Amino acid sequence: MAERLRTAGAHGSGAVEVLRTYRLVAAMWIRSTMTYRASFALTLVTSFCVTFFDFVVILLMFGQVQGLGGFSFAEVAFLYGTTGTAFGLADLALGSLQRMGRRIRDGSLDVFLLRPVPLLAQVAADKFALRRLGRVLQGLMVLMWSLVLLRHEVAWSWGTALMVPAMVACGAVIFMAVMVLGASAQFWLQDAAEVANSFTYGGNTLLQYPPTIFAQDLVKGVVFVVPLAFVNWLPALYVLGRPAPAGVPSWAAFASPLVALVCCAVAGLAWRAGVRSYRSTGS
Amino acid sequence: MSLTGSFIELDGLEKTFTVRRRTGLLRREKREVRAVDGISFTVDRGEMVGYIGPNGAGKSTTIKMLTGILTPSGGRLRVAGIDPARERTRLARRIGVVFGQRTTLWWDLPLRDSYRLVHRMYRIPDDRYRENLARCVDLLDLGDLLDVPVRQLSLGQRMRGDIAAALLHDPEVLYLDEPTIGLDVVSKSRMREFLRELNATRGTTVLLTTHDLTDIEQLCSRVMVIDHGRLMYDGGLAGLHEAGGGERMLVVDLERELPPIEDVPGARFVRADGPRQHLAFPASASAAPLVAAVAAAYPLVDLSVREPDIESVIAKMYGGASGGTHERRRESLR
Repeated sequence: MAERLRTAGAHGSGAVEVLRTYRLVAAMWIRSTMTYRASFALTLVTSFCVTFFDFVVILLMFGQVQGLGGFSFAEVAFLYGTTGTAFGLADLALGSLQRMGRRIRDGSLDVFLLRPVPLLAQVAADKFALRRLGRVLQGLMVLMWSLVLLRHEVAWSWGTALMVPAMVACGAVIFMAVMVLGASAQFWLQDAAEVANSFTYGGNTLLQYPPTIFAQDLVKGVVFVVPLAFVNWLPALYVLGRPAPAGVPSWAAFASPLVALVCCAVAGLAWRAGVRSYRSTGS
Repeated sequence: MSLTGSFIELDGLEKTFTVRRRTGLLRREKREVRAVDGISFTVDRGEMVGYIGPNGAGKSTTIKMLTGILTPSGGRLRVAGIDPARERTRLARRIGVVFGQRTTLWWDLPLRDSYRLVHRMYRIPDDRYRENLARCVDLLDLGDLLDVPVRQLSLGQRMRGDIAAALLHDPEVLYLDEPTIGLDVVSKSRMREFLRELNATRGTTVLLTTHDLTDIEQLCSRVMVIDHGRLMYDGGLAGLHEAGGGERMLVVDLERELPPIEDVPGARFVRADGPRQHLAFPASASAAPLVAAVAAAYPLVDLSVREPDIESVIAKMYGGASGGTHERRRESLR
């Protein structure tokens, strides 16, 4: 933090410097990707298909059953859309963090450390892939659709209406914090990426479904241990007028921003500790 | 800020790695490896210093601490008055680094794009950027390469490209880790010429690690030898020869094949190839009386004096003590 603050003193605020660096590096990767146009187009199509078929599975399921854990199709679509968009945003911004283990192993992280710009921004923008935008768009489409279906079923007020964008924003931040935490672990355990993925990609899949269909111990873990329930379950159930899972009071739905903030603080500390214990490679 | 007023100051610098090695199916042995074991030296502004030693001696680890990539385990370290590990990004604006085995250039993009990114990242004022780029392009002969994607460049071209990238922000010190590795003879000599020029005209401090001892011989007036994480020698190149008890070689071409020259005092016959004979003499001695003695007694056609190569000097200096232990150390650092 001290380091970032000092840099900040010289050139605007730390956050601005992070965003500026991110933009510079991401732009280089977009230019690099565009040198192979056909390959870019192909990955864009595949990426969209993969996430789309994911949703088709849910559609097909509802062709067979009326509800899932007491939730209607529109409600499940709402859950799917909120976590999908939040995760998509986080994945677009920081998805490259899972590649950092490779950078550490082959020693190319050294080059990043020599530049006068924040390391996290460089690693996050490394191999920036515009195709990940497909996931965000798909999540947004499902979310919009669910809102159209739910327009008469939800008791809309300022509280519930503002809860939807706030939930997506906070959810994205929570996912990002988990991603940074996972990346920090890679400084010590270079294969930690898969563990982190189980919380991010796995968490996203979990949150697409109503909490009522899972074992209560699992739900409790997602509320109290890894606070992923704050991404969409707690606020979404509040919007839908349903009781919160795991015996949590209903006001917990408003705690998402606070949880997001705490997650960021923990992730920031872990990242700093990781950079300081970086060992580099033999040569 | 600084105690001695030197540009680079190291005082008892240490770096210890904990290495875990599997000794059984589940058992693991923890062991401490001292990659850098209490090194102290200072480098003044404008110096050109060679930093040499066998593989695994701790050269790269030292450079990585000097640039802030690694945090020292002990000792004191200042570069331009800055503690590198604490203020890495601030220091980065003032130093340039070229790792011979890694590139900072963007593989799929033209060379020019990589330079533009450096321009922005380092916030180099436009006029200074243009001026520095023009100078590098001129001296490193990059004119025709600026619009070529980096993946299409040869190794030598890419190395020149990397050096230019490290100099666009006018660094006060340039660290070069194996800058001539893999280059052909012509590229090597051009690289050296450029570095000499840079040091002479811009006053850039240069710290060079290399395996190619010709680099050191041609560029550095001061050389530091490191082995097992310790500084073994710090001084002039000539002194290194003496410290190692080195010998120079007088090579004489005679008019015809003659029996070995063994009657010249101060010289030792080594070998003969037809009319050419090799005579060894102490590095500290003058060649002139020797040449005179040979010329007086033998039909001399031509002669030359060969300096000993540093590699053999260093080998002599530390005798057989090194060898196997280096191998083990390198393995354990993986």
